Amino acid sequence: MAVKEFWKRHENLYFAVSNKKVILGAAIFLSIVILAIVGPMITPYDYEEFAGPGYQPPSKTYWFGTTIFGRDVFTQVVYGLRSTLLVGFLAGTIASAIGLVVGFVSGFFSGRAPDEGLMMLTNIFMVIPSLTLLIILSAYLPYRGIVTQALIVAATAWPWTARAVRSQTLSLKSQEFVNLSRISAVPMFRIIREDIAANMFSYVFMVYILQFNGTILSSVGLEFLGLGPTRGISLGLVLQNAVNWNALHLGMWWWTIIPGLILTLLIVSLYFINTGLDEVFNPRLREM
Amino acid sequence: MGQYLTRKIIVYLITFFFAVTLNWAVPRFAPGNPVSMLLSRFTVMDGGWEILESFFVKTFSLDQPLLQQYFGFWKSLFAGDLGISISQYPKPVLAIIREAIIYDFIILVPAIVLSWIIGNKLGAFSGVSKRADNLLMPVFYFLTSSPYFWFALLVSYVLGIVLGLFPTSHAYSATMRPEWNLAFIIDFLMHWFMPFLTLFLVQLGGWAIGMRNMIIYETNTNYAKYMESLGASDRLIRSYGFRNGILPQVTGLAISLGTIVSGAVLTQIVFSYPGLGYLMVSAIKQNDYFLIQGCFLFLIIMVLLANFTIDIIYMFIDPRVRHSYSGEV
Repeated sequence: MAVKEFWKRHENLYFAVSNKKVILGAAIFLSIVILAIVGPMITPYDYEEFAGPGYQPPSKTYWFGTTIFGRDVFTQVVYGLRSTLLVGFLAGTIASAIGLVVGFVSGFFSGRAPDEGLMMLTNIFMVIPSLTLLIILSAYLPYRGIVTQALIVAATAWPWTARAVRSQTLSLKSQEFVNLSRISAVPMFRIIREDIAANMFSYVFMVYILQFNGTILSSVGLEFLGLGPTRGISLGLVLQNAVNWNALHLGMWWWTIIPGLILTLLIVSLYFINTGLDEVFNPRLREM
Repeated sequence: MGQYLTRKIIVYLITFFFAVTLNWAVPRFAPGNPVSMLLSRFTVMDGGWEILESFFVKTFSLDQPLLQQYFGFWKSLFAGDLGISISQYPKPVLAIIREAIIYDFIILVPAIVLSWIIGNKLGAFSGVSKRADNLLMPVFYFLTSSPYFWFALLVSYVLGIVLGLFPTSHAYSATMRPEWNLAFIIDFLMHWFMPFLTLFLVQLGGWAIGMRNMIIYETNTNYAKYMESLGASDRLIRSYGFRNGILPQVTGLAISLGTIVSGAVLTQIVFSYPGLGYLMVSAIKQNDYFLIQGCFLFLIIMVLLANFTIDIIYMFIDPRVRHSYSGEV
C-alpha cells in the first residue's frame, strides 16, 4: 500500500525508472562512471608507468592492450576518463548556471532592455564556432589546470541553455496559473519559486544533461589538440598520443578505437537518458 | 522582412566586431605576455633580439597608446594586412589563408548540404515506418554521438588502413602537382573522400533524429488527424508534416554551423587535410600568432557568411516571412 502511495506521489519517477531508454542510458552511464572511479584503484600500473612490452593487443594482462612504449591503455583510459568527466561536469555545471540565470532574466524581462542585451550576447556566442574560440583562449594560456579548462569550456557553452531556458520561461510566464498568482498578490519571489521554477525543473534537468554532453565533447576536442590541462592525462590526450605515434598505421587499433568508443558510449548514454526523460516529462510522447 | 534581416545583420556585425576585438586583445592581455614569449623563442641567434624586438614592436604597434593600437589594428585589417607568418616567413598570412580556405569549402559545403538533405529524408522515412525506425535510430544515435575526430579515426582505420581504399592524409599525393588533368583530379578526390565522409556521416544522425521527431509530432497534430478523417492518404499527410518540419531544421542548421566548423577543424587534423583548422593548429604548435589570429578571423567570417546565407534562404521558404515581405498578409 505504502509502495503504491509512493509511486502515485512520484509519478514522474515511476515513469523514469520504467522507461527503457532511461534504464539503458543510466546503466551505461553509471558503468562508465564506476569505471572511472574504480578503474584507477584496480589497475596495478600508473598511467605513465611502462607496464610491459609495447604493441600488445588486448589480452588478459593488458585489458585494452599497450601503447607503443608499453604503457597500459586501460590505465590511461580510466585515469583519463576521470579527468574528462570532471572537466565535463564542472564546465557543464558552470555553463548551465550561467545559462539559467541569463535565460531566466532574459525571459522574465522579455522585450525590454535586459532581454535585448542578453539575447544579443547569446546570439553572438552562438554564432562563433566555440572550438576556435577555445583554441584562441587556450593557446595563449601557457598553464592550464582542470578548473581553467572547465571555465574556458563553460564560457563558450552556456548560450544553448540560455536560449532554451528563455523560451521556457516565456511560455510559462503567460500560463494562467502564473497570472492567477499574480492577481492574488502572491509575492514575486514566491511566484518565481513555486510556479515557474518548480515547473521548469524537469526541463532544466534535461538541458543540463545535454549541456554536460556538449562540454565533454568540447573538452575532449581541446585535449585532442593538445590544449587540455597541461599536466595529467585525459581521454583526448590518449587519442592525441595515439595519432601522434601513428597508432592506426602501425595496426594498434586498440589505442585509438577503444578510448573513443568509451567516449562515444558515454555520450550515447546521455542522449538516451535525455530522450527517455523527454518521454517521461512529456506525456504526449509517452503514449507512442 | 526588413526588420528580420536588419536584426540579423546587426548581430553579425557585432559578432564580427567582437571577434576582431578579441583577436586584438587576447595576445596583448593574456597572462605570460605572448610577445615576450615569442621574443625569447627567437633570440638564439646573434643580434636577433634587437631586430625581432623592433619588428614585433612595430607590427604590434606596442609603442603606441592602447586605443591607437586598436584603431591601427582595424585599419590594417581593412587594408587586408593580417601580418606576416612567422613559421612560413616571409609569406603574408592572407596569402596562406587564401590557399587553405579552398579546402574548407570543398569538404564543408558538400558535407553540410548533402547530410542535411539526406538526413532529413531518412528521418522522415524513419518517422513513419516502425521497422525502419527500430533499425535506423540506434545508428543515428551512434553517429550523432561520435566525436568528430574519433569518427575520423574510425573511418581512416576501416576504409584507409584495413581496406586500403583511400589515402589517409593530405589533400593530394606528394608526387602530384596541382593541375587540371584526370590523374590529379582522381587523386584529389580520393584524398577528399574520407574527410568529407566523416563530416557527412556525423551530421547525418542529428538531422535524421530531428526530422523523425518532427514527423511524429506533426502526424499527431489536429490538422493531420482532420486530414486523416477526410480520407487523405498517408503520403499527403506526411508531405505536409515534412514541410512543417523542415523550417525548424533550417534554423537548426544555422545554429549548429559553429559546431560543424569545429568538427571540421578536428577532422582536418586527423587527415592532415590542409584547411584552415589544420593550419590554425599547426600555427599554434609553432607559436605563429599572426597566423592563428588570421585563421580565427576567417573561420568566423565563414560562419557568419554561411549564417547569413541560411537567413536569406529561410526568408524564401518560410511563408510567414516571405508574405510579410511582399505584403500579402
